[in-house]
Amino acid sequence: MRHSTRIAVGPVQFRIGSDWRAPVAALGRLYAGYPRDTARPADATVRLFAARPWRRWLRPSVEIGGDFTVPDALPLPLSMGLLAAEMGMNLQVALGWRRHLLLHASAVARDGRAVIMSGESGSGKSTLAALLGEDGWRLMGDEFTLIDPAGGDALAFPRAVSLKNAAIAEVAARVDAARLGPLLAGTPKGDIRHLIPRADAIAAMHEPARPVLLLFPRFGGEAGIEPMGEGEAFVRLTEASTNYVALGEAGFAALTRLVRETPAFGISYPDSTTGLALVEQLFAEAVR
Amino acid sequence: MADRVYRAAPPETLRIEALGELTVLFDRRSMQTHLMTQPMPEILAVMAGDPCNAATVAERLAARFDLGGGGDPTPLIAERLAELAAMGLVAEA
Repeated sequence: MRHSTRIAVGPVQFRIGSDWRAPVAALGRLYAGYPRDTARPADATVRLFAARPWRRWLRPSVEIGGDFTVPDALPLPLSMGLLAAEMGMNLQVALGWRRHLLLHASAVARDGRAVIMSGESGSGKSTLAALLGEDGWRLMGDEFTLIDPAGGDALAFPRAVSLKNAAIAEVAARVDAARLGPLLAGTPKGDIRHLIPRADAIAAMHEPARPVLLLFPRFGGEAGIEPMGEGEAFVRLTEASTNYVALGEAGFAALTRLVRETPAFGISYPDSTTGLALVEQLFAEAVR
Repeated sequence: MADRVYRAAPPETLRIEALGELTVLFDRRSMQTHLMTQPMPEILAVMAGDPCNAATVAERLAARFDLGGGGDPTPLIAERLAELAAMGLVAEA
């Protein structure tokens, strides 16, 4: 394709090609600090292309392609090319990755021990992970966490954090503006702004961490902690995994082990400060 | 319900893990995961490799567990066997 780049996020090497320069340039800025190994073969390919040649210039419209595609996905305007790239990268990992059990969950680590947070969009898992990542924790990822089927460790996927709506101002108040991408206003997911993870989190992206806590956050309502049984955690995580079925028995074994060895809790919190305090409290109890 | 005779799936085709109140079962033949609560795992366990009808299963369960002494459990077990058959975990012998 006319413009292309390679980006390594955790164990995944992406090859991204685009009909336009802008999305690749925007990715280049967000991922400038990530390690590069252009000799390594790509694990996943993302293509951003114009459905018709003239749509490169005339009301340019970005189609998302790659090894795996979703039928009937709507194209995005070129102004949202960065979002299209992010969606393409997520899609390739969600549908194509087979080496690890992939959980739709954020994760942070301290002293080699990981807290995994799984929840629907709006649960605050991404915001909590971003804020913890600015507060003494290593950000492992805001969207996906990989579980090694052999040893049970969590592996990081620290892509640029996708901050949405109210989380943008909350995080922007705490970080250097140079770590924020452009504001993408009015996307199908609301306002989006990317946060570049801290340099130490990027440098540590290949270091596995031992899961010690599984959290299922829910934003809103009174502060609360509810212990969750192994069975319920298993069911929720099968639903949160995009490749559980594809992994077959390896996925089954990895997930039963994870929920057996890792205490799980549902937490609800009315604001981020309370949410962070609950994570700190449960982590302290888990590692005691 | 007719008292049908079933045989459980060969043990080497199933991976069964107890997770607290729930039992999860992976069927290597269909690659499907099944979630179950008691008495389903217990029924599979007592059937072993033998052809069993509900009465045999009830007898074997009663020998291993305290079934509470209520009425005859056979009709309920026949229903559970039919459910296990629908999941592909037992088949008519």
